[in-house]
Amino acid sequence: MSDHATDQALSERIRAGDKSACAECIEIHSPAIYRLALRMLGDETEAEDVTQETFLNAFKSIDSFEWRAGLQTWLHRIAYNNVLMRLRKPRRETVSVEDLAENEGLIETPRQLLDWCCLPEAEYATTEARAELARALNELPEKLRAVFVLRDLEGHSTEETATILAISTVAVKTRLHRARLALREQLADYFSEMTHPQES
Amino acid sequence: MEHHDCRHLLGDLSEYLDGDASALVCAEIERHLADCAKCRVVVDTLRKTVLLYHDQPKPEFSEPARARLYRALDLQNFFVPKS
Repeated sequence: MSDHATDQALSERIRAGDKSACAECIEIHSPAIYRLALRMLGDETEAEDVTQETFLNAFKSIDSFEWRAGLQTWLHRIAYNNVLMRLRKPRRETVSVEDLAENEGLIETPRQLLDWCCLPEAEYATTEARAELARALNELPEKLRAVFVLRDLEGHSTEETATILAISTVAVKTRLHRARLALREQLADYFSEMTHPQES
Repeated sequence: MEHHDCRHLLGDLSEYLDGDASALVCAEIERHLADCAKCRVVVDTLRKTVLLYHDQPKPEFSEPARARLYRALDLQNFFVPKS
């Protein structure tokens, strides 16, 4: 059965009130939904809450499921909207979602020009290095982080990412590039110091 | 970055690394890289950045969290613990 046919069959069973179909849907999709929420929010409890809200919302509104987009994409879109609602709560101190819109097409000139690719592989896998990777990701503006998480960490296509985030494929490509360049700058600050202690 | 071409090619580097750039753009970038050490650093470290994130272990949805999800959705009768 094709993915579309599987999605359609599963959604029809959920629509008909088949709880085992809901359980199947959870088994297939909950790990990725949780990862998206965790990487966007940086908090396990909030990510778990978003995962619960996403499936509650999805099962309640299964009649509006657009099967052409795919169940996974539809669920991710619901999850992302739930994430955004939490990110827009005033207590969070992050880069404003609106700030980015004005500079959508701007690609900043690379600042870090030291080569840090020559470290032994073990240096990139230390607990400290992993924490640095996580910190750099968390510091990305939300719109860039969402695209990077969906495209580079979760492996969604440009088109799927555009559907989940309700943006154009051109915006996905631009934001992905900006996200990668921004992460490169952040990681360069950390790894260059290990490679060129006097120069960085 | 000093050359005029550096700035000009910067916007295409992700598509180049992903293998999605046109043959024309690839040739232009490779011609420039052969002559520009600073851009080679940018390309190499950009590629390394993406690889490092690809190699990160994926966060796991824990078994207790999975059980709580089933309970929240009133589906606890369908919860099958993973061995």
